[in-house]
Amino acid sequence: MKQIDEANQEALRRMLSGDPVLVDVVPAAQAIPALKDRMILHAGPPVTWERMCGPMRGAVMGIAVFEGWANDLEAAAALASDGAFELHPNHHFDAVGPMTGMTTLSQSVMVVENRTFGNRAYCTINEGLGKVMRFGGNDEEVLERLAWLRDVLGPAMGEALRAGDGLPLKNLIARGLSMGDEMHQRNVACSGLTLRELSPALAATSSSTEDLSKALAFIGGNDQFFLNIAMAMGKAVMDPVRDIDGSSLVTAMSRNGTDFGIRVSGTGDQWFTAPVEMPEGLYFPGFTEDDANPDMGDSTIVETVGLGGFAMGAAPAVAGFVGAGAASDAANYTRTMGEITIGENPEWTIPALDYLGVPSGIDIRLVVETGLAPTINTGIAHKEPGVGQVGAGVVRAPMACFTQALEAFAESVGVS
Amino acid sequence: MSETKIKSLLEKPVKVVNVGLEGFSRELEQQGVRVVQVDWVPPAGGDPKLADLLSKLGT
Repeated sequence: MKQIDEANQEALRRMLSGDPVLVDVVPAAQAIPALKDRMILHAGPPVTWERMCGPMRGAVMGIAVFEGWANDLEAAAALASDGAFELHPNHHFDAVGPMTGMTTLSQSVMVVENRTFGNRAYCTINEGLGKVMRFGGNDEEVLERLAWLRDVLGPAMGEALRAGDGLPLKNLIARGLSMGDEMHQRNVACSGLTLRELSPALAATSSSTEDLSKALAFIGGNDQFFLNIAMAMGKAVMDPVRDIDGSSLVTAMSRNGTDFGIRVSGTGDQWFTAPVEMPEGLYFPGFTEDDANPDMGDSTIVETVGLGGFAMGAAPAVAGFVGAGAASDAANYTRTMGEITIGENPEWTIPALDYLGVPSGIDIRLVVETGLAPTINTGIAHKEPGVGQVGAGVVRAPMACFTQALEAFAESVGVS
Repeated sequence: MSETKIKSLLEKPVKVVNVGLEGFSRELEQQGVRVVQVDWVPPAGGDPKLADLLSKLGT
């Protein structure tokens, strides 16, 4: 239909013309005034405590202790069970969070501004790998790290960013793609580039050599540091694509460890959900698929914007890390995602694929027609609370999300 | 195509492009025939209701 094609072209235009810039790091309560005491934002579509998976529950318990709402994890679980906390998706508050995606009022959040449209999006700072809250970790070591991010690194990054004009992300990501990143499970290059860009301002604005040294070591020692920046970038770029009448493009994909949800531009903020699937991947020594929790996190905003599994061709090294096959298979993932998208991003190209632009603009019509569900690169959490990451893999978005969305979308344009 | 032309096709080594069911290509491969298998499925996995919607919505 012509009206759908025109609406989709407008959606793609907005998507490709976004100009995301990392401008600040501030306490979440400052960035999101609606975020109140005893309110917890989580990854994915809405979910109740009763339906939450193990690591998500573990993170809720941990963050409640971190915020001082409970004295210990057991008390936190009892409070959560009694409904003492308000639970909402990050996506409902201009935010995103990796894996469990905990966002609460005192945590530092990075602020990405889309300068083309003036909107902002938020994400917490990446904690590193292993036993961390985003994978359900919640012990003293995890909470101490969160406190350091809140009290030291967050304020330092905010001061450094405010001292300049922010960190433009579009070109940085373009360089990262040419250096082997896909921005979901491989962020080695972009994390390094970010450190290089931020270091002078961090040094210039720091009053403590010890804090500066620790901050530089933390960023430099975390290969996934850029993931959370990429996520806020994806949210900032995709939000202006929402609510275009007649557009069948996907504006968000997200999972809470129980359900997978998608949103479509033409159907507004309605979630179309289905049970999440189990990633297929590789496990850290000592763990197997029996330990794994199903798919989780808002990080699929990275695929929604054309990176991650969609840009696997740029990152053959990641194919091995996530168990997706040989390095030569990486290009096939990107080409296959080209069958369910309406365009390519001319500014984010893949040298190894003759500078093919990353596949952009997921059209639910193409997903349902071809039967090709979006490919997602993901970390894998342990299914029990408190353990953390146990592997990495590849997972498909459930087709049921797209068939439901197609039926609702058809109704929205008067087709039955 | 005339019968003669069909017969002449089979006088030389056959090259086959098979669309859909892989069983046909496997059978031919076992007989030493070169086959290119095209990965194809019906639109919407053959679901008539979704296929009808897709035909109206266009792609």
